[in-house]
Amino acid sequence: MEQAVQVKELRPPITHIGVIGWVKNNLFNGVFNSILTIVTLFLLWKVVPPFFRWALIDSAWHTTGQACRQAAGACWSIISMNYRFILFGFYPYEEQWRPLLAMLILFGLLFYSRDRSHWKKPLAYAWIIGLFTMGLLMKGGIFGLSSVESTQWGGLPLTLLLAVFGLTAAYPLGVILALGRRSQMHGVKALCILYIELIRGVPLISLLFMSSIIFPLFLPEGVTFNKILRAQVAIILFTSAYIAEVVRGGLQGMSRGQYEAAESIGLNYYLTMRLVILPQALKIVIPPTVSQLISAFKDTSLVVIIALFDLLKTTQSVLSNPEWMGFSREAYVFVAILYFLGCFSMSNYSRKLEKELSRGD
Amino acid sequence: MKVFKCFTMVLMLLAAGSMSVAGTLDEVRARGVVVVGVNPGVAGFSMPDEKGVWKGLDVDTAKAIAAAVFGDVNKVKYVALTAVQRLPALQSKEIDVLCRNTTITLTRETVSGLNFVHVNYYDGQGFLIPKKLKVKSAKQLKGATVCTLPGTTTEMNAADYFRKNKIGWKPVVIENPAELNKAFFAGRCDVLTSDASQLAAIRSIAPNPDDYTVLPEIISKEPLAPVVRHGDDQWYDIVNWTVMALIEAEELGITSANVDEMLKSTDPQIQRFLGVTPGYGKALGLDEKWAYNIIKQVGNYGEIFERNVGPKTPLKLERGLNDLWTRGGLMYSFPFR
Repeated sequence: MEQAVQVKELRPPITHIGVIGWVKNNLFNGVFNSILTIVTLFLLWKVVPPFFRWALIDSAWHTTGQACRQAAGACWSIISMNYRFILFGFYPYEEQWRPLLAMLILFGLLFYSRDRSHWKKPLAYAWIIGLFTMGLLMKGGIFGLSSVESTQWGGLPLTLLLAVFGLTAAYPLGVILALGRRSQMHGVKALCILYIELIRGVPLISLLFMSSIIFPLFLPEGVTFNKILRAQVAIILFTSAYIAEVVRGGLQGMSRGQYEAAESIGLNYYLTMRLVILPQALKIVIPPTVSQLISAFKDTSLVVIIALFDLLKTTQSVLSNPEWMGFSREAYVFVAILYFLGCFSMSNYSRKLEKELSRGD
Repeated sequence: MKVFKCFTMVLMLLAAGSMSVAGTLDEVRARGVVVVGVNPGVAGFSMPDEKGVWKGLDVDTAKAIAAAVFGDVNKVKYVALTAVQRLPALQSKEIDVLCRNTTITLTRETVSGLNFVHVNYYDGQGFLIPKKLKVKSAKQLKGATVCTLPGTTTEMNAADYFRKNKIGWKPVVIENPAELNKAFFAGRCDVLTSDASQLAAIRSIAPNPDDYTVLPEIISKEPLAPVVRHGDDQWYDIVNWTVMALIEAEELGITSANVDEMLKSTDPQIQRFLGVTPGYGKALGLDEKWAYNIIKQVGNYGEIFERNVGPKTPLKLERGLNDLWTRGGLMYSFPFR
């Protein structure tokens, strides 16, 4: 028994384990790293407490603009007093449950579609029914819902509308353009190159301007196109050109052997692409595609310049009200959080998708 | 692609498309609303409140047009337009009338093919300065640093003014209005120049508004008026005389509060104006009650001014040039005869 006492395990010195050990190994292993740690801590100490003080302690949460000017900290009242205009724009005040419900349906569908095991026929039907219901809710005019013109749509629903439809329409269009650019048929190839290069050669702003200012002047008198539709088409045209180049990169990454293998078992062009080439090529280009989609999502805020009241414009509109002038920090922080949630969930999902798809490799 | 097709179809259905060669009034009546172009956000002139309802002097002018045509101020569809969009929108018939603080100029009337009606606000460019500078007139601004927005007529007007008066100045050009205001209050420049109607709003958000004052000089003429297209004289008359009616009502002492009593007035001028004695409505192609509806539902020009930009609002503007001609202003309605 005495033996057992003698071989009692010696614990490593306290400086090498536990919290202290971790800190020493990771934050203070060497002069340079120690200095970096101290400087970082100092900066955090300088920045974080004042920020919390500004954002949470000294802040005003639900007051008038006048009372807000007395507060030392953030004026979140600009959000709490105006959130319905920021989120829904000109949609009639009493009817704002409709865009809210439409957005919830959209979120529900998007969330359900996350899981690839749900990608079956019923999901497609669910989307069609869901989109139809959303359109009905937004537009109204039947079932006792009062009619709301699309000129009154604004805020977050408009941003989501432009983003979701812009992206879902641009993606297939981009794939087709990429295939067209690599086509053996010279006419198709030339057309696709012309399209891609023309669109990529101009900034999105100029496309939006053309669609909203120059385009109507060429229409026959009295014929006007919906402003949102015009912006939507411009965004789709623009994004698809970029997607096309990303997808083309993936197509070029495919080895010649893949094409030959498909030919050797007698697949025609369509089947080769659908069953062999595209599934592999599109998987390779998930990261650049998603970054393209994320930037397109943020680009929807450019519709500000054609006076569509998207999320950013409704916020700016509140800021130009004398009562709320000058609280731009708070307002932009709020909008930034909303955009971040959108972008972050996109990139998060793409990582999940990548992981799932590469399981077979 | 299914999704896309479905979506385009829905949007196509929403896309307004009506072909006709009738006059604007008939089109407006058939449609049931007046489509008015407004500014996306200028405090006091046209901007949405927290419920998304348009408010402002230009918005009230639009409402007056709807009241004249339909007898209902709610029959307006507002289309927010940027400075570059506004004239093409009118030319391409996207809107029936533009009430968007637009300055009357020669080229806009001729080259752009537009007609301006009677002025609904006389604006002009002015200077905002801190009182501690002890400057009483813009002529004393020698060597001053002046904050201004780039690429606007404001910048050019200031340059013209200082050159004409041989005063040296240093422009500080800042792109964003909010940043411009902050720079001025932080003392980065001595003077801030902008339209006089805006200076009051900027002053009201100063840390201490009493430390600042607006100089008496107005260095540019900015008569702002609603605009219609060339070539439809009946519609021009309606919009023009709607603005006139707002001014005439103030001159006659008719307000939204007393308009019903005024119907019993024995003054032949008031009787004709309110349509008790018919004639003017028919002449314009409108209901005889058109002026009554405007005043009852919107109020006269004085009421509109007080409600949107007057001393009790954050803008705290004096009537000044926008007072009636009888009180030394420029608001002068042509005779209702």
